[in-house]
Amino acid sequence: MPGAIANAKSWIRRTMNRRIGVSSVGELLFVVIRAVLLIGMCYIIVFPMVSKISSSFMSGEDIYDNTVRWIPRRPTLNNYRDAFYEMEYGWALLRSLALAVAVGALSLMSCTLVGYGLARYRFPGRELIFAGAILTLVIPPSLLMIPMYMNFRFFNLYGLLPEPGVNLLNSFWPFLMTSATATGLRNGLFIYIMRQYFSGMPRNLEEAAYIDGAGPIRTFFSVMLPCAPPALMIVFLFSFVWQWNDYFYTSIYMAGTNVLPMALSQLRQDFITQLGSPIVNAGSVMFILPILIIFAFLQRYFVESVDRTGLVG
Amino acid sequence: MRRGRRFGLSLTSKMSMYGYVFALPFIVGFILFFLYPMVQSVIFSVSDLVIRRGGYDLEYVGLSNYRYALFVDDKYVRVLVETLGKMLGDVGAVLIFSLFAASLLNSRFKGRTLVRVIFLLPVIFGSGVIMRIEEADYRNQVLVMGTEVGTGVFSREALAGFLMQIGIPETMLEYIVNVVYGIPRIIRASAIQILIFLAGFQSIPKSLYESADVEGATRWESFWKITFPLLSPLILTNIVYSTVDFFGSPRNEMIEKIRATAFGGAGYGVSTAMAFMYFALVSFLITVIVVVVSRWVFYHE
Repeated sequence: MPGAIANAKSWIRRTMNRRIGVSSVGELLFVVIRAVLLIGMCYIIVFPMVSKISSSFMSGEDIYDNTVRWIPRRPTLNNYRDAFYEMEYGWALLRSLALAVAVGALSLMSCTLVGYGLARYRFPGRELIFAGAILTLVIPPSLLMIPMYMNFRFFNLYGLLPEPGVNLLNSFWPFLMTSATATGLRNGLFIYIMRQYFSGMPRNLEEAAYIDGAGPIRTFFSVMLPCAPPALMIVFLFSFVWQWNDYFYTSIYMAGTNVLPMALSQLRQDFITQLGSPIVNAGSVMFILPILIIFAFLQRYFVESVDRTGLVG
Repeated sequence: MRRGRRFGLSLTSKMSMYGYVFALPFIVGFILFFLYPMVQSVIFSVSDLVIRRGGYDLEYVGLSNYRYALFVDDKYVRVLVETLGKMLGDVGAVLIFSLFAASLLNSRFKGRTLVRVIFLLPVIFGSGVIMRIEEADYRNQVLVMGTEVGTGVFSREALAGFLMQIGIPETMLEYIVNVVYGIPRIIRASAIQILIFLAGFQSIPKSLYESADVEGATRWESFWKITFPLLSPLILTNIVYSTVDFFGSPRNEMIEKIRATAFGGAGYGVSTAMAFMYFALVSFLITVIVVVVSRWVFYHE
């Protein structure tokens, strides 16, 4: 009998070794617990999105039918049609796309320049400027919300234009100006990323360029920039995505314009019911979809560049 | 030297000039869109701001905006205290969870890329309007129904029922249910922190673990003796990041309160005063945390 048990034990060990590559019961337990935890967490992360998608295809009867949980019994596209018309989706999408691309491109340009300058040149005030960049990240946006609102509502170029000023609200200008000057949404983080990235590049690259007679500007554009695509990619993508999602600044600067975040929150206000509304969910899916497509194509860059850009030094 | 003099610049100052050229966009932006509004913000908080045709008028009113926020507004102090309490709880939970999750994600297993991509999703969707809608829905349901309907990840009643069945005393029930209920929120708030810790794990030299292994250390020991000290600078980073992240997040009722006060509430002046007091308190908290934590932070170099 003891022989049989020993036999069984060694059989289990051999099987485990072969099948899952673990060598002890403790190890197996660890693998199982880890799998359970990870699957659970992934479920929690993915759940809201899946439930939105499933609900967005449900007809009115399905929503009130308790036996329908995940798969709609009478699937319908009406929610999408309604949300499309209510949000004026076509125009809202175009506007949001234009805004996010413009903000992404401008933030990319300004933050790359600033990050490079901070990484590679020693000049008085350098530390101070870097501290300033971090400060813009740390200050809560609600502290500057009202002055910024006023300045763009009565924009007079800080006293240079005559009294009434120009109303720049409900235009792209507030976003364009702040992102072109590296003070837009989370630009401090992008400056930080670019600075870290350029600091990690070998100095001989520039020295070689200088010896071959390139000036600092030329060196930057034709030697340093071509070496930085991963960092450039991550800054553009994050800037684009965060601008796309942003509600805080959009609702302050563009409250009266039909851009997607405003359209979606208006949709929610108009159609929300106690059981949640399939139209709002359809709107949410349409809001996320463009980002999801981009993410699906470029997730490799998202994941890899976070490792590679040395986000943490 | 003489050649340099012709342009009035030596080589070093010429190079430092280029430094300013590169940093110029930010210098301009910092002054126009940060310092200037910051000063305005101070002025607004001690003024009565009235919009008129083509501009606005300011009238100095001393500290009355602050007094209004503290003593007249019936919600401000309560929301402030609640928000700070919630912030401390959330930051702690996020920190522990993200360290735990990052150490799970750091080990090798099949499907690691997929899991990492899923964990990245909240970075992309966890901010802005979708999150805001979800939070509003949640609050709405709690308000209307007193509890959440079956749309959440777990049903509250089912969980409470299950705990009762396995014999958890009723006094602990409420607490446990609340903790479990906070998990999805914490997970989604931890995305960036997990990435930061993950990068940190990867920067720890493998040789340290190997030599610890040779000396007979268990995994548990090498976590506390190697991983934890080497990650401690990142723990500090993550504490600061989580706190700052909480500032602007839609989970934060204070932000909503400040915005509601500005647009359609007691006015711009009171709203800025509220924002200032909130900011002062939070900066004080961050400073205390940084000072305390950095005492035991271990730097490798």
